[in-house]
Amino acid sequence: MEPTQLTKTQVKKTTITGAEALVRALIAEKVDTIFGYPGGAIMPVYDALYYYEKELKHIMTRHEQGATHAAQGYARISGKVGVCLATSGPGATNLITGLADAQLDSTAIVCITGQVSSKMIGTDAFQETDIVSISMPVTKWNIQITKAKDIPAAIAKAFYIAKSGKPGPVLIDITKDAQFETFEFTYEPCHHIRSYVPNPQIDSKAIELAARVIDSAKKPLIVFGHGILLADARKEFQAFVEKTGIPAAWTIMGLSALNTDHPLNIGMLGMHGNYAPNIMTNECDVLIAVGMRFDDRVTGDVSRYAKQAKIIHLEIDPAEINKNVTVDVAVLGNCKESLDQLTKAITPKEYPDWLHRAKELITTENEMVIKDELFPPENDKITMGEVIRRISDISKGAAIIVTDVGQHQMIAQRYYNFRQWKSNVTSGGLGTMGFALPAAIGAKFGAPHRQVIAVIGDGGFQMTIQELGTLFQTRVDVKILILNNEFLGMVRQWQDLFFEKRYSSVDMVNPDFQIIAKGYGITAEKVTEREDLESAIHRFLSHDGSFLLEVLVGKENNIFPMIPTGASVSEIRLE
Amino acid sequence: MEQFTISIYTENMIGLLHRVTTIFTRRHINIESITASESEVSGIHRYTVVITEEEVNVKNVVKQIEKQIEIFKAFYHRNEDIVYQEMALYKMPTNILSQTREVEQIVRKHHARLLAVEPEFTIIEKTGFKEETQDLFEQLKPHGILEFVRSGRISISKRMKEFQDYYSEVEKASRL
Repeated sequence: MEPTQLTKTQVKKTTITGAEALVRALIAEKVDTIFGYPGGAIMPVYDALYYYEKELKHIMTRHEQGATHAAQGYARISGKVGVCLATSGPGATNLITGLADAQLDSTAIVCITGQVSSKMIGTDAFQETDIVSISMPVTKWNIQITKAKDIPAAIAKAFYIAKSGKPGPVLIDITKDAQFETFEFTYEPCHHIRSYVPNPQIDSKAIELAARVIDSAKKPLIVFGHGILLADARKEFQAFVEKTGIPAAWTIMGLSALNTDHPLNIGMLGMHGNYAPNIMTNECDVLIAVGMRFDDRVTGDVSRYAKQAKIIHLEIDPAEINKNVTVDVAVLGNCKESLDQLTKAITPKEYPDWLHRAKELITTENEMVIKDELFPPENDKITMGEVIRRISDISKGAAIIVTDVGQHQMIAQRYYNFRQWKSNVTSGGLGTMGFALPAAIGAKFGAPHRQVIAVIGDGGFQMTIQELGTLFQTRVDVKILILNNEFLGMVRQWQDLFFEKRYSSVDMVNPDFQIIAKGYGITAEKVTEREDLESAIHRFLSHDGSFLLEVLVGKENNIFPMIPTGASVSEIRLE
Repeated sequence: MEQFTISIYTENMIGLLHRVTTIFTRRHINIESITASESEVSGIHRYTVVITEEEVNVKNVVKQIEKQIEIFKAFYHRNEDIVYQEMALYKMPTNILSQTREVEQIVRKHHARLLAVEPEFTIIEKTGFKEETQDLFEQLKPHGILEFVRSGRISISKRMKEFQDYYSEVEKASRL
């Protein structure tokens, strides 16, 4: 029988299998792309997918972890929910890193796993694993389904939970018998759960109080995070910054919520952030935190963090209020609304001396750090910074930059001039090496018309290198930049600075990445000399299709500034 | 560090207790006792968890618990703000009771009661604070306890209608 004919007849039917119900529920949630990997316990769902391939595109990654990161990249760029499919046992356990990453970085993904038949549960059956228990600490919500009739409501609830409030990952485990079982299918989206309050009501008194504190400030500082991107509050945030005239600094998850070259954007917070915002954190009199959670990589020693300042916290999740830093004014709620209300309530002011202080500190960092990174002495090896800055200039700051974890990540975020909203995809909270390649593939599916550049180190690339196969098979256009220092650079830097240069297990003996790329049909080039860099970057960015550019950079370059672990933000080191 | 009792109102759902206990496990907080059963509102369950911690940590834990989707509300209380009890059962050989008056006197003194008398064994029940059930245990021990079990704490807040006020709001929201 022709599959297309079957589709026509099956779509009309309402008595369908659990597997088909799942597929139709996904379509009802407007899902058009899913990432996954088939296997025994999820086969009925894959069989159902066969008949819906026009409505629902399935991207087969080369490993389930790749599927989760791809779903994350897709979700982060498209604003839609990323969906993953995996089988039971090892298929399910391979999702854990991606779930944990999505949990820490508040990314809306729904993972669906097959499970052994309900009669087999608890018998240590082939590929049986208790994925609901295993995934509990790394999911916003999860559930096991053993009856086909429970599938539609579970999917509806999963999508509602994943994307509402503070977004997060959800896992649904469906037994094989539930996938086979037939029932009368209907679908109702979920809009309310009685025990769940995703959007706390904004307290007008808190807005008033926050406005009064801001109005009285002489040296205020805005620190902003992922919440702005998640709330789609681009205009509201920009209006807030511009009306108040207050300098603003970002966490790596908040990057690209305000253009890098916006006059009031003073740079990156935290461990490898810019000098000015870290110093000014401990000099400001009012700290306005928007959609960020005072992660330790941002605060340094929290007992010496902004102690002199009154702190205002705009946050959607009540559990984040006073968790790491005790605040003076908490404004609970979606920051799209609270920023709008706050902007209306404040009186515009100018802070010439305070902005002058920012300029002074920026100049110091330029002189001591940035100049050498961007314009190194001619005989020095290529630096990561100059590569990124050239890519930034040539791509006009308009690309989606997907970074892995380590030195190259910090450099990419510091030196790419982000000029387009929602353009940074990185593993912030979990620091997952191997994140970038699959996340970049997902990001490309999420924004097919934008240029996607994955920036990866030689270490992280080899953690999910098999996803080159996904790239090869799907033929999507992802540019891969390997910044190769033949080391696990960040670990080596720590060993250099804090372990008296005892380089333990950081030396990488790498394969020929060009040959590997070519094996996957991906054009590749390697640059070792500065004089070849410029033209290679042009070929890299203008190539029609995926391209791997490997650049050999200085082996022992360190990333500065740096706040050593346990130090205060004001103890940030420039060398 | 101080003893706190946390009351958690939840949907009745498989796995939810596990989700709650991992919040304690992750923070290396020992659960001293835990009980779970249906609350005054049909279909809504109540867990009572006893821990010893700094208040600042308890506050954060309570927020993390409330953050879970199927949790309605969690409250934490100091011991002076609640009325609480535990129950203990003691299994003794029946012949000890019939042969001496001593055990009978201990039972009377502690206001314990006989729950079951079988030819071979007798079950004694005592409700009270942990110190009281422990005290009875120590006194019965020399006479030969065959088995002993103590429940987790159950507690009721001294505040009037703590959860019901909250739940009426939930019901209102559900009807919208």
